Amino acid sequence: MSTDTPAPASAPPDRYVAAQRSDEFVGLRKALRGFVFPMTVAFFLWYALYVILSAYARGFMGTKLVGNINVALVFGLLQFVSTFLIAWLYSRYASQKLDPVADKIREDLNGETSAVATDEQKEATA
Amino acid sequence: MSRDVIAGFTLAAEAGSSTARTLTITLFLVFVAVTLGITIWASRQTKTATDYYAGGRSFSGFQNGMAIGGDYMSAASFLGIAGIIALYGYDGFLYSIGFLVAWLVALLLVAELLRNSGRYTMADVLAFRMRQKPVRTAAAVSTITVSIFYLLAQMVGAGALVALLLGIRPGTTFLGMDADAAKIATIIMVGALMIIYVTVGGMKGTTYVQIVKAFLLMSGALVMTLLVLAHYKFNLSTLLGDAANASGKGSAFLEPGLRYGVEVAGDATKTFYNKVDLLSLGIALVLGTAGLPHILIRFYTVPTAKTARKSVLWAIGIIGTFYLFTLALGFGAAALVGREAITAQDAAGNTAAPQLAEALGVDFLGGDVGGAAMLAIIAAVAFATILAVVAGLTLASSSSLAHDFYANVIKGGQASERQEVNVARVAALVIGAISIVLSIFAQNLNVAFLVALAFAVAASGNLPAILYSLFWKRFNTSGAVWAIYGGLISAVGLVFFSPVVSGAPTAMFPDHNWQWFPLSNPGIISIPIGFLCGWIGTLISKESDEDKYAELEVRALTGAGAH
Repeated sequence: MSTDTPAPASAPPDRYVAAQRSDEFVGLRKALRGFVFPMTVAFFLWYALYVILSAYARGFMGTKLVGNINVALVFGLLQFVSTFLIAWLYSRYASQKLDPVADKIREDLNGETSAVATDEQKEATA
Repeated sequence: MSRDVIAGFTLAAEAGSSTARTLTITLFLVFVAVTLGITIWASRQTKTATDYYAGGRSFSGFQNGMAIGGDYMSAASFLGIAGIIALYGYDGFLYSIGFLVAWLVALLLVAELLRNSGRYTMADVLAFRMRQKPVRTAAAVSTITVSIFYLLAQMVGAGALVALLLGIRPGTTFLGMDADAAKIATIIMVGALMIIYVTVGGMKGTTYVQIVKAFLLMSGALVMTLLVLAHYKFNLSTLLGDAANASGKGSAFLEPGLRYGVEVAGDATKTFYNKVDLLSLGIALVLGTAGLPHILIRFYTVPTAKTARKSVLWAIGIIGTFYLFTLALGFGAAALVGREAITAQDAAGNTAAPQLAEALGVDFLGGDVGGAAMLAIIAAVAFATILAVVAGLTLASSSSLAHDFYANVIKGGQASERQEVNVARVAALVIGAISIVLSIFAQNLNVAFLVALAFAVAASGNLPAILYSLFWKRFNTSGAVWAIYGGLISAVGLVFFSPVVSGAPTAMFPDHNWQWFPLSNPGIISIPIGFLCGWIGTLISKESDEDKYAELEVRALTGAGAH
């Protein structure tokens, strides 16, 4: 490999370009971005709300609910709940909607380029 | 350990603490012996560069999830958060929440795509469609900077811990060493061990060390949590009430505002800055994780993107559970140890968790011996925690130096695997030595706080470049270089001119004053600067390689051609 060239490709670039333009891949990208972008915005805003309330709404956060357990503590614990929930939702979504499409596109590409892929595996285990 | 040294331990202090010392040292030596055994075994399995950098990509989702937990739950999580909660109450919990929620960025946006498109280091993805030399150089600089900030925090934790174990307070000595000398000796010992793990065991050895450590830390924290709750008959409200009373702050102890975003009566400017500082910390915590090089390279140790996803899910479960324990540890220490006893030992609160262990031992196992035993076990767990994390950090930075800088920048991709791995080993030694020297100057800072700075630097210098690389077609070499240096320089520069480094009694250099930046965490300024620089840098260069982006995108999303 000569200086200043990008990493070696396992398939000729035009195959990747063709794959990228295929309806299957466009659908996969849409399915991925359609889930992860809105979800990222949602959890970030939810977390930001928590931090902002901690800074500017001390009275509200200090409101006692049961015994010494106040809104701040419950709000914090809800961040744990939402994190676990989003992680679970994503894992379910990915295995149902993303993995089958990704697997198919990969198999098509790897099938076309199996000779190159084998070379690379050899290199990796050399 | 020679007989004289053990005799020295016995002579040096009263019975209880000498039992604790001997036991801690024994347990710690057992941990070191077991992990060194694993490391040597792993070194025999390490033949190729893939073995050294990525553990042969042979770990399962659960194994890597545990190892991620081991890499992530550092001295900051265990000693630092417990300490802040013990001294300032609720505010410490902010760290637990930020550190956990941050994993969603890694899960949703980074882990799988990085696994599919990279090979050994973070820079593999950043440089994929760029000119190699400038991007890899920038990525190596940033990787090493973030890792050294993080290393400092761990070493400071180790120093604080040893002073507690040896019972050294200001003015007393141990084996002819005063507290400072003993701390420095510990830092050097921890540094030497981490260098051995990394140079001998590579990623495979380091990963097993992480797994063992995660198991020990989870077990230790679980036992302490159960004991604290048992003490309060499993009534959380009573525990909180007792902690609030013991703190002398009343219910304010259970609300945000004692440590961060402090309202200073009659000083609106100061109050304003304090609140912005809290927001800044919150942003740095949540955006930092997905830019930490030692976490990112863990995704390369599994065979596929699906396994990478599984390992993050395991990690979220393990880490989330641990951070729930920190509530019991911190408030338990506030109630059962008390502020005075904690600050007398360590002004920043870094020893609250082991002190709580001692109190719980006295309470449940009976007498000084029980206390000493618990202290010894938890202190050994804490040492194991620190040792594993510093090994992960050293591996990440030495890998980047060898793979990115040596092999791809200096040798232009012509280095042999053997040369590359040898350079990585030497780099581990050099980075270990540098961090040992630097951490001697940072002894007075809370470790969770120091880690928060590392998060800010990672979020500013690395995250913008990673996200642009994966999702923005137009992004190019100039953009990547601008994003990394812009974010990195603004983050580190602002820290340098902040009250953390000078101009405050708690600063690294309390007797000097060149401070003008009012916030102690730079994230709220430096992270947007990182994103902005990446955007400007991209637009001012005409370079754009759509074909190469097509390849990156297809590989990232499908795993075609993945290493």
